[in-house]
Amino acid sequence: MKRIGVFICWCGSNIAATVDIDRVIAAAQKMSGVVYADQNKYTCSEIGQAMIKDAIKEYRLDRVVIGSCSPRMHENTFRKTVESAGLNPYYLEIANIREQCSWVHKDKEAGTAKAISLIRTAVAKAAMNEALFAAEMPITRRALVIGGGIAGIQAALDIADTGFEVDLVEREPSIGGRMAQLDKTFPTLDCSACILTPKMVDVAQHEKIKLITYAEVDKVEGYLGNFTVTIRSKARSVDLQKCIGCGECIAKCPSKVASEFEEGLVQRRAIYTPFPQAVPNKPAIDRAHCRFFTAGKCKVCQKVCPADAIDYEMADRLLTNQYGAIVVATGFDTHKLNNYGEYAYGKHPDVLTSLEFERLLNASGPTGGKILRPSDGKEPKTVAFIQCVGSRDKAKGNPYCAKICCMYTAKHAILLSEKVPGSKAFVFYIDVRTAGKDYEEFYTRAYEECGASYIKGNVSKVFPDGDKLLVRSVDVLSGALVELSVDMVVLAASVDARADAKELAQKLAVTVNAHKFFTEAHPKLRPVDTQTAGIFLAGMCQGPKDIPETVAQASAAAVKVAAIFSKQSLLGNPTVAEVEPKLCSGDLSCMAVCPYGAISEQVVEERRGREMVPRKIAQVNAALCQGCGACTVACRPGAINLKGFTNQQILAEVDAICL
Amino acid sequence: MPVTNEGFEPLIVAFCCNWCSYAGADLAGVSRMSYSSNVRIIRVPCSSRVNPSFIIRAFQRGADGVLVAGCHPGDCHYHSGNFFTRRRLTVLKQMMEYLGIEPERFQVRWISGSEGAKFAMVMNSVAEEIKRLGPNRKLRDVR
Amino acid sequence: MKVITEKINYNLLREVEEVSGQKVSACFQCGKCSGGCPVVWSMDVLPHQVLRYAQLGLVDELLHSKTLWICASCQTCDSRCPRNVDIPKVIEALRLIILRNKGGNYLHPNDLPARVRENAPQQGLVSAFRKYAK
Repeated sequence: MKRIGVFICWCGSNIAATVDIDRVIAAAQKMSGVVYADQNKYTCSEIGQAMIKDAIKEYRLDRVVIGSCSPRMHENTFRKTVESAGLNPYYLEIANIREQCSWVHKDKEAGTAKAISLIRTAVAKAAMNEALFAAEMPITRRALVIGGGIAGIQAALDIADTGFEVDLVEREPSIGGRMAQLDKTFPTLDCSACILTPKMVDVAQHEKIKLITYAEVDKVEGYLGNFTVTIRSKARSVDLQKCIGCGECIAKCPSKVASEFEEGLVQRRAIYTPFPQAVPNKPAIDRAHCRFFTAGKCKVCQKVCPADAIDYEMADRLLTNQYGAIVVATGFDTHKLNNYGEYAYGKHPDVLTSLEFERLLNASGPTGGKILRPSDGKEPKTVAFIQCVGSRDKAKGNPYCAKICCMYTAKHAILLSEKVPGSKAFVFYIDVRTAGKDYEEFYTRAYEECGASYIKGNVSKVFPDGDKLLVRSVDVLSGALVELSVDMVVLAASVDARADAKELAQKLAVTVNAHKFFTEAHPKLRPVDTQTAGIFLAGMCQGPKDIPETVAQASAAAVKVAAIFSKQSLLGNPTVAEVEPKLCSGDLSCMAVCPYGAISEQVVEERRGREMVPRKIAQVNAALCQGCGACTVACRPGAINLKGFTNQQILAEVDAICL
Repeated sequence: MPVTNEGFEPLIVAFCCNWCSYAGADLAGVSRMSYSSNVRIIRVPCSSRVNPSFIIRAFQRGADGVLVAGCHPGDCHYHSGNFFTRRRLTVLKQMMEYLGIEPERFQVRWISGSEGAKFAMVMNSVAEEIKRLGPNRKLRDVR
Repeated sequence: MKVITEKINYNLLREVEEVSGQKVSACFQCGKCSGGCPVVWSMDVLPHQVLRYAQLGLVDELLHSKTLWICASCQTCDSRCPRNVDIPKVIEALRLIILRNKGGNYLHPNDLPARVRENAPQQGLVSAFRKYAK
């Protein structure tokens, strides 16, 4: 007979308010196998853990059941407690009486009854818990960083600086990402390129970093410490080894297409580098727009190339590498404004998005840093900035706040006043949010010193009116109607997760939220981890954030990776499948359903009568098994079982619930 | 005469996969979304761990309803587990209906870790449906 | 105007929400409704203020506003509202509350000239009693 100890946590009033702890204890004491039951205000506290350890010794407990918060919260904490008292950590069972009981039921009677049932279930399972031992696994000490924006760059540099190898994969021909498109950065107004390009160069020159541009992640297999990743290196049509980056080909290319980097304000060639400071500063051929690939003849770039670097025959290559950890830093897209006909975007050339306006401000942008109207090339004297376009809009946009727009609009207003003397910025806002170091001061500067006029009121419609734009709104604070004639309108378009974030999430087996931003393991305490061990998040791909936050998260992700790599070996998951050879019929249905290829065939010698005959049975590679249990159901003779979640344990739980 | 099930409190066993639906249940808790207290959750690593025999056993022991909840197809933490769940339990469901078990008694739902509200909603609707059906008598052990 | 405890009438607000099916508390006062309203120039209470007064529980104030009878229910505001609040429905609910309210007729039948009383369409007369009962 097992000697089970039951410990019920009050969690302050979180559990105790809806569950009658004394009644639960009284019921637990009557359960089969329970020799001790007690309560504690905070079981996870040092006192609470000490109580468990003392009770284990005093009452010679060999199984422990804790009724507390979700096992997803404190299972590891309590496993360590149990282990330090000399028991196998897997002798512990947790009954989730907070998240799945006291927090969701208001009636104390029902809550208490359910808590007792949950404890009974956990006791029934715990009685069958066996000692489990984790296998040691080797670690591949090379990291993969997906995305070469500021988040990916920072993560790669930080990991590389700890001495571990990093591969940085970027989809575009150059790293740099969104930050490379920006002019100045808030709240210090330092030039984005001046702080970013040195880091880009560092990445290119770092001996521990391998840069793989113009490439995408195709397939991810494996697990923490041992991921196998297939990277599709897209056909660049330019041999990076031979290319000397002279730019002759770009100058002579006859095909033109809207430049993505310049937000479509100007055209680039079909053979192109996205921007002058690109890393690597070597072009790629955009085959969808190249005259040779679309019309069959041209080859001008090949003719002018002094290094013989153009290769039209180049095909996509699949690179398969081993990695111990992955940092996802894929960034964001700007919100498409198709749903906002009232703002006349696309109907009038002087209605711009903020990122387009950013390019006008940028010294290397299409206007050389002068703010000029796309329609007539004149300087706008009055500019209306419209906030929350597609943000905080549950009707036809994103319900969330894009976080960065208040601050970059304050920046735009300040820069407008500097670049166009005598100009006036009108900022139409719903709320101005400036939580951040020196942010409020920066915003104050926009309206106190730089003359920006802030109007609380969402613009309802923008009417093109000759060479002017008529902006209709209301000043919510005074109730006055607003009808302003301006020279330019700038729309603070919301930020979206990458359109293909979901596909990448599926490849990585991580989750995304309703808006396709990657989900962190815990919103407060594990903001960098994903639910999948060994995969970490950095930057906007996890949710809207500004550059300082992105960089901080990237460095945090790097530390997480380095922490894994600095271990001698990793402890595997001991809740793996196990074959009972006597029962195995050898039909290997299990092998077919295993997603990890962890099951293989083995031949055992069995005595039949007087002779030994060979027989085929299944065997599980514990290092590969991830413990999903799909095989256990496929097995007809019931020979394969999942440790920690055995058939017997689950049936015992069912029985206890239905008692 | 209409059958009324007033005062009947059903017992519902919910098998929830650790990565999505169990997390969704936790999120419903963290967000304090109250739902029917008739539901008892059994945590399994993956919905594909749920052997049809567990479901039948629950009915035999007197459960009035069984719910299996997993990640959305395509989002399985183990890549393909819930595809197996979907196939296996479709077969089981047909068998149960053949036996004359009302289809509402045994349900399979996909609830992700970010769908706390959906979890609470599903629990309430399942509890409501089973309350309407009344106690499970067909598969219950004669004890 | 002054917001004082005696003026706050949450029961009436609940009735407005019930009749309109709209969640008044969803509004975050961006003003996009008022900015685009084609008849806003003749309103005494602007559309966003209708929702603000309602949020504050000052429904009585609204029942006496001209705005209720000026709103053309053209739905421009509703089609642009980022919070999915159908303001025409809220205004319609306020109108209904007035019309459903018994007594307090604006016109008394006896005040009407006999000739009008006989010839005027009866439905129209009853509507007039109610409609102008603000």
